[in-house]
Amino acid sequence: MTQAQVQETANAPALLEEPGIRKWQDYFSFNTDHKVIGIQYLVTTFIFYCIGGVMADLVRTELRTPEVDFVTPEVYNSLFTLHATIMIFLWIVPAGAGFANFLIPLMIGAKDMAFPRLNAVAFWMIPPAGLLLIASLVVGDAPDAGWTSYPPLSLVTGQVGEGIWIMSVLLLGTSSILGAINFLVTLLKMRIPGMGVHQMPLFCWAMFATSALTLVSTPVLAAGLILLAFDLLAGTTFFNPTGGGDPVVYQHMFWFYSHPAVYIMILPFFGAISEIIPVHSRKPIFGYKAIAYSSLAISFLGLIVWAHHMFTSGIPGWLRMFFMITTMIIAVPTGIKIFSWLATMWGGKIRLNSAMLFAIGFVGTFVIGGISGVMLAAVPFDIHVHDTYFVVAHLHYVLFGGSVLGIYAAIYHWFPKMTGRMVNEFWGKVHFALTIVGLNMTFLPMHKLGLMGMNRRIAQYDPKFTFLNEICTYGAYILAVSTFPFIINAIWSWLYGEKAGNNPWRALTLEWMTTSPPAIENFDQTPVLATGPYDYGLENSNEDVPLSDPNPLLSGGPNSVLRAEPDPAVAANPEDRK
Amino acid sequence: MKIPSSIWTLLIGIVLTLASLWYGQNHGLLPAAATDEAVLVDNLFNAMMVISTGIFLLVEGVLIYSAFKYRRRAGDNEDGPPVEGNVPLEILWTAIPAIIVIGISVYSFDVYNEIGGFDPHAIHQAPMNQESMAMPGSAMAATLNDTPPSTEPNLNQEKSDEAMQDPATAEVRNADQIPQLRNAPGVGSVAPTIGGTPDKAGKPAGLQVNVTGLQYAWIFTYPETGITTGEMHVPIGREVEINMTANDVIHAFWVPEFRLKQDAIPGRQSEIRFTPKKAGDYTLICAELCGPYHGAMRATVVVEPEEAFDKWVQEQLVASKETLNQAVAVNPANLSPNEFLAPYTKDMGIQPEILHQVHK
Repeated sequence: MTQAQVQETANAPALLEEPGIRKWQDYFSFNTDHKVIGIQYLVTTFIFYCIGGVMADLVRTELRTPEVDFVTPEVYNSLFTLHATIMIFLWIVPAGAGFANFLIPLMIGAKDMAFPRLNAVAFWMIPPAGLLLIASLVVGDAPDAGWTSYPPLSLVTGQVGEGIWIMSVLLLGTSSILGAINFLVTLLKMRIPGMGVHQMPLFCWAMFATSALTLVSTPVLAAGLILLAFDLLAGTTFFNPTGGGDPVVYQHMFWFYSHPAVYIMILPFFGAISEIIPVHSRKPIFGYKAIAYSSLAISFLGLIVWAHHMFTSGIPGWLRMFFMITTMIIAVPTGIKIFSWLATMWGGKIRLNSAMLFAIGFVGTFVIGGISGVMLAAVPFDIHVHDTYFVVAHLHYVLFGGSVLGIYAAIYHWFPKMTGRMVNEFWGKVHFALTIVGLNMTFLPMHKLGLMGMNRRIAQYDPKFTFLNEICTYGAYILAVSTFPFIINAIWSWLYGEKAGNNPWRALTLEWMTTSPPAIENFDQTPVLATGPYDYGLENSNEDVPLSDPNPLLSGGPNSVLRAEPDPAVAANPEDRK
Repeated sequence: MKIPSSIWTLLIGIVLTLASLWYGQNHGLLPAAATDEAVLVDNLFNAMMVISTGIFLLVEGVLIYSAFKYRRRAGDNEDGPPVEGNVPLEILWTAIPAIIVIGISVYSFDVYNEIGGFDPHAIHQAPMNQESMAMPGSAMAATLNDTPPSTEPNLNQEKSDEAMQDPATAEVRNADQIPQLRNAPGVGSVAPTIGGTPDKAGKPAGLQVNVTGLQYAWIFTYPETGITTGEMHVPIGREVEINMTANDVIHAFWVPEFRLKQDAIPGRQSEIRFTPKKAGDYTLICAELCGPYHGAMRATVVVEPEEAFDKWVQEQLVASKETLNQAVAVNPANLSPNEFLAPYTKDMGIQPEILHQVHK
């Protein structure tokens, strides 16, 4: 018996006929099972993604022509404000938390999160916060000062809408702080005895870095928003120049969270991609430690780059230089990750299924966003393109091309584990093709628009930009269409898809060593760590590990000499099954 | 004959370098450069484009090549070779990006200095002053503690007081009709921004223009001549200093052809200097979200030869004298800002035909 089989047999729950089966009501209740909560997060945030996406398409429809002819300028401003707020605070950030909830206890062999009730509380803050935000549209006074909500503008536009926005973001921030505490404690305290930090899967490392970053930066945003609420509702003048307040102080407090927020949005998917690429390339991840530590480096550096959003708002000259250099340096750990992923693919046996295609798409588009990020760090150039469509293009390449493609890759990869069924690969590939075409069509022309002089957040623009804006708008429609194959495929496959088996990808991380979907408390007994998380293709060890070993083998990890023998009878490539 | 892979690598490297060098110079992504500073910024951008194109082609090339070359053939259930690290390679690909970003940083630093980012005349950034250095007999160590308080006036304070007292702008800046600025104690702090270039630093600029942003218009006043307009005229070759503030919310001064941008913040003065180079009509755009009609907040900037500029100044002076003497109602000094701005703000952006006028 090979190590992987030993591991799998040892870990699989034996008693349950239909393991992990739950009532549908569980998904609508205050359930404390981390897997239920994870799926609650993912489904809820996906619904918000669709709402935010509709808003994006309304914004793009307005921008199809230079005139203001589709919605009023006030509604236009509300639309892009809500679009950004929803996409950031109700989709990408909580979707990362959703994957972390589902995967972290499974990956480290725990029965559940450290604080299951806190976990459920963190989730149940999201639906009311989201409904509150969307309700502001109904009361007719939606926030329209942009997702940055800079005073004094946010203080002179609608008071109700702005108040709702602050309340909603405060709730969502609280939710992510609670989640972060839970992830940190779970990762630090609940790993199985045999798992040192260097045997943790890279997704766990990424979530560790993300959670630490969330914990340090989110309270500062909360403080800024509370002060803004005082200015708005109680007439204080912290940020209001009328009474001697300083609007630039708000910008510092806002960006102290909101720049790290982009790493909070991208790091979990760096982690997910680091899981997906080795499995589907059938090779160990290249440079495990480099990838793990680069997450921590990004997390630390992410805290000291915020003022690069303020190069034109009047900060001292030397300070601009400091923030330029720190921003540039972040490119180094990010580059390490990208090169390591490429080296992992190099010489592998790549299964080009939907998960891997989205992972490749992630790397390919994220690189473009990363390169334009380095350009934006250069102060003299940033002064030209700040607040233009060049920035809009950059952030969408990072957050759509990075985070959203990462979310899709992760969904396709862990779908069999979450539901016990395979997704339909054909429709997955259609989804991928439409997404890549739509993404590049929408956001690539924006680079040129910004460089040529189109500023962002405007409902009307110079007619000379019409042609490129039309391309962007049609690209946005393709992106909207691209979600339909995904939604239909996900629902259909969940109900009627081919049974997946426990480990359809022949992966080596612990979450694949239990049933699909996993039973209520994940593993029958404490799992045995027989191989490292990425020991693909290693030479066979002749010793079998006894199942009842009182001291589980500790020699796993990337340098383990143990081997996972591919055995078609146990786990063949799903692509070859037919 | 089989070509060795090292030769292929070399050839691909050469092609990649040439392609990057070509594209970096021929991308055509930027509008015309109309100031001396814009040329420097464009050179920086072109250099970054060369490097970016190279990295883009390299990474995407390897990615697509791997995806095709190493894809799994049907029925092949083997694993790939267990290569999981290579220390020299990892050091190499950490070092190369590090060197590239340090290089770009140094170049950016240089350009930033050239366009006046480190204007020494922003005095509160340089606590040591010339007098203390020149005191006879004082040792360096002693100068730090024992110097008498500087007698040199704070130029920033002076300048901002000046701007606030300027008769041409006082009306707009302190108007009762704009509640945000009434009795604002924060008024007068100067945000250090892009100042004079090193060769011109410390010297007064050739032309001063006070700029005020308010929803949704720009007002220009020329303190030397007292002209107030809604259109900015600047002469070629003379360094222009823009002192700006905002009356209500944050606006941002941006002329794409000048490659310069600076927020105009209520309660603060900010400054940029530039030297116009190329004649033409350019559009001044508000780049910071300032409300629903943000997209319509534009003004024309005319860069013209010195003679044409002087002629324009004379015309403006005559016009304002005439109005002062004859038609009091047209004199901006006696109008409330709302009345004065009516032609700029009324219905702005609501009707498409207005938009076309704005976008001349």
